[in-house]
Amino acid sequence: MRIPLSWLREFAQVPADATAEDVMAELVKVGFEEEAVHRPTDELKGPIVVGQVLSLVKEPQSNGKTINWCQVRVVPEGQEQTLTGKGIDPSGVQGIICGAHNFVEGDKVVVTLPGAVLPGDFHISARKTYGHLSAGMIASVRELGIGEDHDGILVLSRIGLDPEIGTDAMSLLGLYDEAAEINVTPDRGYAFSIRGVAREYAHATGTVFTDPAAKVNAPVALSGGYGVKLNDDAPIYGKPGCDRFVARTVRGVDATRPTPLWMVSRLRLAGIRSISLPVDISNYVMLELGQPNHCYDLDKLSGDIVVRRAVAGEKITTLDDKVRALDVEDLLITDDSGAIGIAGVMGGANTEVSDSTTNILVEAAHFDEVSIGRSRRRHKLPSEASKRFERGVDWQVANVAAQRVVDLLVELAGGTADEAGTDVGTAPDAVTIELPANYAASRIGIDFTEEQITGSLKDLGAIVLKGGVSGSYVVTAPSWRNDLETKEDLSEEIARLVGYDNIPATLPVAPPGRGLTRTQQQKRRVVQALADAGLTEVLSYPFVSKAANDTFGVAEEGAARTALKLANPISEEHGYLRTSVLPGLIEVARRNHSRGFRDLALFEAGSVFLPDGQLGTASIPPLGVKPSAEVLDGLYDGVPDQPLHIAAVLTGHDSPAAAAHTPRAWDWADALDVARLVGDVLGVELVVSQGSHQAFHPGRAAQLALRSGDIVGYAGELHPKLLAAHDMPARSVALELNADALFDAAADVIVAKHISGFPVATQDVALVVPQDVPADAVLAALREGAGELLEDVALFDVYAGQGIEDGKKSLAFGLRFRATDRTLTADEASEAREAAVAVAAERFGAVQR
Amino acid sequence: MTDTLPGAAIPNPLDEAAITAAVEEAVAAIAAASSLEELKAVRLAHTGEKSPLSLANREIGGLPKEQKAAAGKLMGSSRGRVNQALAARTAVLEAENDARILVEETVDVTAAPRRRRAGARHPLSTLQDRVADIFVGMGWEIAEGPEVESEWFNFDALNFKPDHPAREMQDTFFVEPPEAHLLMRTHTSPVQVRSMLEREVPIYVLCPGKVFRTDELDATHTPVFHQFEGLAIDKKLSMADLRGTLEHFARQMFGDEAQIRLRPNYFPFTEPSAELDIWHPGAKGGPRWIEWGGCGMVNPNVLRAAGIDPDEYSGFAFGMGIERTLMFRNEVGDMRDMIEGDVRFSEHFGMEI
Repeated sequence: MRIPLSWLREFAQVPADATAEDVMAELVKVGFEEEAVHRPTDELKGPIVVGQVLSLVKEPQSNGKTINWCQVRVVPEGQEQTLTGKGIDPSGVQGIICGAHNFVEGDKVVVTLPGAVLPGDFHISARKTYGHLSAGMIASVRELGIGEDHDGILVLSRIGLDPEIGTDAMSLLGLYDEAAEINVTPDRGYAFSIRGVAREYAHATGTVFTDPAAKVNAPVALSGGYGVKLNDDAPIYGKPGCDRFVARTVRGVDATRPTPLWMVSRLRLAGIRSISLPVDISNYVMLELGQPNHCYDLDKLSGDIVVRRAVAGEKITTLDDKVRALDVEDLLITDDSGAIGIAGVMGGANTEVSDSTTNILVEAAHFDEVSIGRSRRRHKLPSEASKRFERGVDWQVANVAAQRVVDLLVELAGGTADEAGTDVGTAPDAVTIELPANYAASRIGIDFTEEQITGSLKDLGAIVLKGGVSGSYVVTAPSWRNDLETKEDLSEEIARLVGYDNIPATLPVAPPGRGLTRTQQQKRRVVQALADAGLTEVLSYPFVSKAANDTFGVAEEGAARTALKLANPISEEHGYLRTSVLPGLIEVARRNHSRGFRDLALFEAGSVFLPDGQLGTASIPPLGVKPSAEVLDGLYDGVPDQPLHIAAVLTGHDSPAAAAHTPRAWDWADALDVARLVGDVLGVELVVSQGSHQAFHPGRAAQLALRSGDIVGYAGELHPKLLAAHDMPARSVALELNADALFDAAADVIVAKHISGFPVATQDVALVVPQDVPADAVLAALREGAGELLEDVALFDVYAGQGIEDGKKSLAFGLRFRATDRTLTADEASEAREAAVAVAAERFGAVQR
Repeated sequence: MTDTLPGAAIPNPLDEAAITAAVEEAVAAIAAASSLEELKAVRLAHTGEKSPLSLANREIGGLPKEQKAAAGKLMGSSRGRVNQALAARTAVLEAENDARILVEETVDVTAAPRRRRAGARHPLSTLQDRVADIFVGMGWEIAEGPEVESEWFNFDALNFKPDHPAREMQDTFFVEPPEAHLLMRTHTSPVQVRSMLEREVPIYVLCPGKVFRTDELDATHTPVFHQFEGLAIDKKLSMADLRGTLEHFARQMFGDEAQIRLRPNYFPFTEPSAELDIWHPGAKGGPRWIEWGGCGMVNPNVLRAAGIDPDEYSGFAFGMGIERTLMFRNEVGDMRDMIEGDVRFSEHFGMEI
């Protein structure tokens, strides 16, 4: 909401030297955030004066244009030019070239003299042009930044003005005024008016507020006016769409009269363009009182006005000349011809006032917030009217606003008001709230005095009575405050008016807590360990393409996951929620490559979205009530599974190249190493097996599982085609783990192992097995066969080639034996080794070399 | 057997003067040796099998029995002196040699290669941990919840009326199909509702996490950002408790000089509601108040939605943006730096913020 200061001053005591910034600094105290300052003089500087064209010589030019060589008087005859400066003629007459042709000798115009600055940092100076010294410019409204019109210069007599020559035109045009723009929170519809903001300014400063509504002399009752019927047969939430309709008639207006400059100026500062006198008046009253209203061309109406819901298939052409199909829930203003307006949103084109309009029907009605909001959303028609109706308009002010429009039409457009008028509808019940005496004090923490409580509430316009035995207050909220419904609302208002700065600070003590949960600690440890291991944490968006999900998101049976789709994504290309963290990481890696960083180790810990089973709920329970256990279960179950995944991408080399150091290229084993690091940090063993995943190299992908067999991720080299398609370095590797599954698998208590002090006996064994036998499986067989004397076994060499039969490979293992109670003999160790080999032989046909 | 050096006389092992002269000569040669190699030559010359002293020693065997003792004594002490001198000189030269090798092994330590990759946390995640730690230190607990959420938890339970403009102002991402009433949470407040439903009062929880709004990415907006929200539900909590908690938190984050300011505002889930400003003495363009977040006393309708009796319990809640906090605390000028994943951004912070 933009508040012209001159307007605010009519109703609140604003210091004469206060700027828009000063006003905003006051309003922010009562909850209206500062948005912007609109100050024409920031862009516009004088001297800009009223001048009279003394002579005008048309001079055709070789380029086909005709220019006017004008002598313009800018100081009244007989007076001296008091301005000095380069290009200002002491005679008081300036010679000016003008290309416009919409004026004649004798016209009064706006002259920007040398030294003036116009919007766009346009400096006016005397300059040689078309063979003359042109000392200034005759301005159009667009050049002055006060309108769009650029068809010609501003001729003051055509807007009904005859100011004295030399008058400061900036003052005349209201250009010294300025506006403060504030943000109005959606609960405070009343503050979308000068009336509401002036009252708030008075709250903030403690100065006197004069209610503009009280200045209007509106009739107590109206009758005999235009026929209006309120026929809402489908109220929303039981509230009628229209519960008041005031209609007034003004006849014999001249709709072509210019809107007075003061009004144009205020409207402009408030952000509203001047259209025509009747429309300007309508907007002016809306801004002043907060009551949207509408002027119909009375002669274009036929029959009674009926306010009703639309019927199926009904259409309307709105003021913006668009044909709109109506919904049966839309509330309409209709006459015998059909719809003449979408109530509270936009009027119809067929009953619009025009230059030829002479008789006007003024509408000031009160509409239901929800109904207007839905129509506005449905038709995507945010308007000044709907903005106010949606948030709530003062039911009581309709009659006053209609009178104000009538008064202005009479005063400015030369009309005559009909004595008769229409005022139909039923006032809603006033809201009465019981406020226990000490409630506000206990909620806010300030020990309010009775004077602070009653004073604040009365300042708001509420009626406050000291109630019954308990000493509570009975408060009737003012008609413009539809946001005041509960004792909490009143507590806020008291605190707001007394000032939030007066709230003391006390620190409540929480009961003993349990600290971070185990899962929270696990997550932290993993993330920290990965960073400690040299990986860089990044955070990517969860929005991905369908193709990315199909490639990276793998369901347990190997097929692509179903993914959640956004109804309103920012880009259709990334319209799905990720089922894997890798697409985002690869995108980040690619961005880094394009910026010259090719050796990367990136990781991210983030949620993925895995819909399965029930998706959401068909309905949602109402607010303010705890849903039943059954309904709550439904809500919980409807929210899709969103486990935390940890993924990493390694590209290029493990370290920067340097003197005396050859970096190592990352390879598939590094991906496994990082995965194992995560497992180690959590104390969870990852069972590695040859994997199959469409995003990975078919021969270099490891599937990672828990001991239980549950698959928890993949690690390995990314598929060469995928890398090429994403313009990624060859041999880039990646891994992804379901962190939540790992967290769950971590042991609660780790049982200590006995540490034996007896000597170790080591034995090596080389086994020849078929190529496709995984080393890890042979190792498991050895471990199994060796029995409890085996302390550790490790693969230390893999060999194929000369000396080894084709299709076979030799795996060399080192076995460490140790007993807990004695020194092992060489025989015992050999026996255990043979037992180990026997299992490998039985399982895989392993033969000792 | 006379295998002596030609021309060299074998000293008589009883000739003290000759033996002493040989010893003196040996000691002088030892002292003159300037390297272990030279010393080795000296050793061979003066203690080797054909050295005068060795040869003289060998003569003892041929002496008459009564002269053997005197000759043995003379030769023993003489050879001892030479060996002592040799050992002493060896020690000196070895020490010199060791020192020289170390000097020769000198490297330019400033040219050391960086073999280990330096990793980094994302500062948003580090900051989130830091905020959590402050509250955990106050006895609060950390609560988390899903990012795709039921509309009820995100709006209705938080007293957003179905048709109120406040609901639209949240710029919500909806999940298809619309009939399922699922959305990307627009704030972490649904976690507050879940906490109230799942925990026993009194409740003191902090809910950090990712939230989503349909803003295009630019220097000051991002569709995905992070918040932390606090919720306290207890008997007799007032706005003064809210202020005290925020003040304490601000001082933990920004130092003892930190100041906060509350301004009236509107949120459907709190009444009264306030905007929280923090005094930023080091702000670019001079000290000023910076908008930090929103807060207020939990609206009774929110308590009712969670089955908590608003006549018995009251509560306060607050929420701040982590990106915003990082922007003004660490002077991050462009939101995109936090989002794009450029390694230079995270690596600059390393493990700290």
